[in-house]
Amino acid sequence: MAVQVELLKSITYFSGLPLNELGRIKDLIFEKAADKGELVLFEGKPAEVLYFIVSGVVKVFKTSADGKEQTLYFMRPDESFNDVSVLVGGQNMANAGALVPVVLYGIRKDDLEAVIRDYPQVARNVILALSQKVERLVSLVENLSFRHVPGRVAKILLEYAGDMDGRKPRLTHQEMAAIAGTAREMIGRALKVIEEEGAVRLERQRIVITDKEALQEMAGVAT
Amino acid sequence: MVEMPSIDRERCNGCGLCIRVCYCKALTLVDNVVIIVETEECGWCTQCEAVCPTNAISCPFEIVIEE
Ligand code: SF4
Ligand code: SF4
Repeated sequence: MAVQVELLKSITYFSGLPLNELGRIKDLIFEKAADKGELVLFEGKPAEVLYFIVSGVVKVFKTSADGKEQTLYFMRPDESFNDVSVLVGGQNMANAGALVPVVLYGIRKDDLEAVIRDYPQVARNVILALSQKVERLVSLVENLSFRHVPGRVAKILLEYAGDMDGRKPRLTHQEMAAIAGTAREMIGRALKVIEEEGAVRLERQRIVITDKEALQEMAGVAT
Repeated sequence: MVEMPSIDRERCNGCGLCIRVCYCKALTLVDNVVIIVETEECGWCTQCEAVCPTNAISCPFEIVIEE
């Protein structure tokens, strides 16, 4: 399908632009579709394209040397990704993959630079879009480094644990994130870390504490 | 009986993202609201909860101590 001006209007980068200008910018934008699970950006590859999400959800994540994934964000329609890498010029700072089938609009680095130069409104919008990114990054940094998420989750599990046949308290990842003061994206990984330490066994719908002392140690609670 | 993720129908805005992320066809849209059917295939991956923009889906975990 051709790129639609209507859809461009709701993207922060292009808000407030008159239709005739959007019409010209449209010619620099291309559409890209990706299937569920498909990667659209590879970390470390030259940063050439900035993407806007038209429909679907994209997961932006980093992979560590030992192959572990850390989700950074879920990006939804009208949001952009890879902006910073493209504007700085260099490499893609993270991977991005389609969590569901997605439709993206892409613009190449050179074209983006020309648009920013030729349309002052876009330059102002870019500042706004980047400021929002910075806000998100700051809270991500908080989540990743200031707080020891697995320890906090371990503490929550201890506080909420019931026994096999009596009381069976239930928590969603969302709730654990709220209690731990972190993002939902951090919980799955934290639980895996705790499982790798041998303190719990993760089952469908159940977190079984198999070694309470190990869990207490992770939580920093005196035994 | 297989327990399935629960849906708060009041919150669901019918965007369909949960359906697209789910690998087991447990979720469908009826009259613009998601309904869920029981299936052994649901592995409680919690992706539906993760993508839902309105917090309409929850996949709670029981927390128990093994004796
Ligand atoms: S938990 Fe996973 S498999 Fe089960 S309904 Fe949600 S997305 Fe589908
Ligand atoms: S993702 Fe949430 S709001 Fe969208 S259809 Fe599913 S339950 Fe409804």
